[in-house]
Amino acid sequence: MSDGITKVTTHISPNEQLIFERSQAGRIGYRLPALDVTETPLDDLVPKDFQRDDDLEGMPEVSEVDVVRHFVRMSMWNYSIDVGMYPLGSCTMKYNSRLNERVARIAGFANLHPLADEADIQGALEVIYELQECLAEITGLPGVSLQPAAGAHGEMTGIMIIRAFLDARDGAGASGRRTMLIPDSAHGTNPASAHLSGFSVKTIRSTAEGLTDLDHLRELCAHGDVAGLMLTNPNTLGLFERNIKQICDIVHEAGGLVYMDGANMNALVGVARPGDMGVDVIHLNLHKTFSTPHGGGGPGCGPCCCTKELEPFLPVPRIIKTADGFCLDHNQPQSIGRVKAFFGNYGMMLRALAYTLTHGNDGLREATEAAVLNARYIAEGLLSDYDKPFDSPPMHEVVFTDKKQSRKGVHTLDIAKRLIDYGFHPMTIYFPLIVQGAMLIEPTESVGRQELDQFIAAMRSIAREALEDPELVLNAPHDTRIGRLDEAAAARKPVLRWKKPTTD
Amino acid sequence: MRYIPNSPEERTEMLEAIGLNSAEQLFDSIPHELRLQRQLNTPAPLSEIELLDKFERMGQQNAAARRASFLGAGAYSHYIPTIVDHIISRSEFFTAYTPYQPEISQGTLQTIFEFQTLVCQLTGMDLANASMYDGSTALAEAVLMAERVTRRSKAIASAAVHPQYLEVVKTYVQHAGIHLELAGFDQKTGQSAAALAATVDDQTAALVVQSPNFFGCIEDVAALADAAHAKGALLIVVITEAMSLGLLKSPGACGADIVVAEGQSFGVPLSFGGPYVGLFATRDKYARQIPGRLVGEAYDKKGRRGFVLTLATREQHIRREKATSNICTNEGLIALAATVYLEAMGRRGIQEAARQCLQKAAYAARRIADSKGFSLPFSGPRFNEFVVRAPMNAVELLARLAKENGIEGGIALSRFMPNHDNDFLVCVTETNTREQIDSLVSALSEL
Repeated sequence: MSDGITKVTTHISPNEQLIFERSQAGRIGYRLPALDVTETPLDDLVPKDFQRDDDLEGMPEVSEVDVVRHFVRMSMWNYSIDVGMYPLGSCTMKYNSRLNERVARIAGFANLHPLADEADIQGALEVIYELQECLAEITGLPGVSLQPAAGAHGEMTGIMIIRAFLDARDGAGASGRRTMLIPDSAHGTNPASAHLSGFSVKTIRSTAEGLTDLDHLRELCAHGDVAGLMLTNPNTLGLFERNIKQICDIVHEAGGLVYMDGANMNALVGVARPGDMGVDVIHLNLHKTFSTPHGGGGPGCGPCCCTKELEPFLPVPRIIKTADGFCLDHNQPQSIGRVKAFFGNYGMMLRALAYTLTHGNDGLREATEAAVLNARYIAEGLLSDYDKPFDSPPMHEVVFTDKKQSRKGVHTLDIAKRLIDYGFHPMTIYFPLIVQGAMLIEPTESVGRQELDQFIAAMRSIAREALEDPELVLNAPHDTRIGRLDEAAAARKPVLRWKKPTTD
Repeated sequence: MRYIPNSPEERTEMLEAIGLNSAEQLFDSIPHELRLQRQLNTPAPLSEIELLDKFERMGQQNAAARRASFLGAGAYSHYIPTIVDHIISRSEFFTAYTPYQPEISQGTLQTIFEFQTLVCQLTGMDLANASMYDGSTALAEAVLMAERVTRRSKAIASAAVHPQYLEVVKTYVQHAGIHLELAGFDQKTGQSAAALAATVDDQTAALVVQSPNFFGCIEDVAALADAAHAKGALLIVVITEAMSLGLLKSPGACGADIVVAEGQSFGVPLSFGGPYVGLFATRDKYARQIPGRLVGEAYDKKGRRGFVLTLATREQHIRREKATSNICTNEGLIALAATVYLEAMGRRGIQEAARQCLQKAAYAARRIADSKGFSLPFSGPRFNEFVVRAPMNAVELLARLAKENGIEGGIALSRFMPNHDNDFLVCVTETNTREQIDSLVSALSEL
């Protein structure tokens, strides 16, 4: 200590315990005003049998200081967008503006009860209506519901709309139309959502080029049982399905409808509209394309946009504009029903509208261009060191594989973990499933050139290490609070909650 | 655009570096005729000052947000300690993704592990997931799960479950081969357990009861659990006012098989109905049938404890159409808010908040019942909500209360069910002062 320098640790408080292990009987972290009404004996209000009798045993007893330190320390173990590039493919990890956070906390919205009288919630309904209008214009699909709470929820809603439309159109005949076509590159939520709506799934192959196999599609459409197609565009390989119009025609001619998974809309906003391509219904991820925060895994918001023809089937209530103001329309006899209590994840709608208005019409397109440019720049930068399985130029994300590195025993997982040592969050790995050792990279528009260059340099350096010192990569990450965890053991004998240790 | 780091000049250089002459060429793989040949017809950009003005103005149009409020029915005004918003506003939490890379996501993972534990402690159950979208969708998932577990296709729900929750369940099960029936409630007590117990047979997958129910009445959950189990059915308990868990016997102790709840009462603002957080808890034996994300304990090579997403083989990204649910994320940030809230309030704070809700609601109910012309139609025991029968149409009465007295006095039951024109639901929490309650009572008697 004589020179005034102390040892610096890389992680503050690496051993922050569980709050339950910190708890000390008698510590208090709250204060409420004293009860200001005459107290009635508890037994006079609630029968003894209905009263809690465990005194909330095990719940933590900690001070406010304990709680703040606990969470601040834990927060330091997280990587986040505000720290740096977060190139998760298909996840669109873009900057989450502070302005949007401020908007969502305006008292007139934050303190507003969802069941207040229509006359007293006009501002809140105006926000919903205005966002609906913006999303209708962006997708080219005029019917919009903001009720679904997440992407998978929007998918389920969209597929139920297709089902309701077919049942209305074909009557009893619709029972023979229960097959949903899904490309082999699709996100796992697609088949799961189709299943929830009572459809069985048939898988469409992708071509060597990475696009939907039209011949296979025609073949699957020939049986008269096709209810629809669920397609992501650009697809999960980052490639635009350039035959989209033809694809939609084939499905329509077979009597089915086309659902588009809008997870990759960040490649299209202001450039091309699904409605103009022949798509019937789409869900958007406001937490991707419209920058609402991912929050460590939600809340999301997954609006559904559809054609005029499908509009009567959207969830209720619809939010409409009349001469007297905005109102809730429950009178939609063909609606699939309600998919969530109240109106959906309203706080996310506020943020998404703030995003849309801050960018403005020209800024939305500018963001799309910047996002695609960044992905193309990475695609170019990694070409010499990593295997790129598809030649076509990617849109907003690009897929590479570990083919070159795996010869030395270094696999995608290892490359991803080593990237952590270089200060980056890894890309999406092993997805899409059709690409062996896939690494799906989506930089978004929120990354500057220097950071892209650093990322490319890090990836190239790892490629070199894989050749020269594979052990270094295989044992990564080296500088994190914990190393690779034994996930197999965790799943074999799952410990899913803390329990008070028993002493005997 | 200030959120895009690269300047137009830098972008031009980058285009050149990849061999392109213009940004339009980035989209060459999109057929020309499919490209939008005009600018989007959405509004022009707004500066921060203009944007805040606009939203402040729209916020002002929501008169209900400024009034003393006795609105509940699934969305509750509770005290939120200042630290909750502070902690969830930390970049490290709110700008992180789903914790797929445990080495750099331990903050989120450990928080979820604590959340799962707290939900177990409150509900009296063995295990809980990382959360669902909200209470209503959690209930729908519970019904789907009951069908998977029992392989029976009939679910019977109490008519005293929140009407919007029932609507959501109806939507979810309509194509899942599940038949949903409703059992009535006692017009005198406002309780439904006895009627519900009478309906169960050996085709029944699950009975669904809400307690405290939509009318605020506490149900006899233990008796219902016995009735369900006698026929091999599961009991699903749904709770919209999670604060009641601070005082009422836990559904787990009553024998419930699945407990779902809306967690909004734990530190989450009203925010016009969302985002909220669904709690989902069940018994150990159903661990592999539970929907949603689960976090479990794990160790690295050096024996250090950490946490990971686990039992993923139930989930859509592995099992695809055979998954236990299509759910992908949870409500991470809101689950964090609930965790911070529950830890800050702690064991004693939750008990105290629950006590105050109960006592203040009892005081309000007593005073209103004493007002001329007003009565409480249901005799069942209650927590912090109760139905009031007015001497006039409740919609008109509540509109006058709002306009003339600046009080959001309750929610008219006629919005949800027929034959209750004069009834409205009142909710009282620890945030309602005695002065507010007295103002409500005197305004009611003066109408």
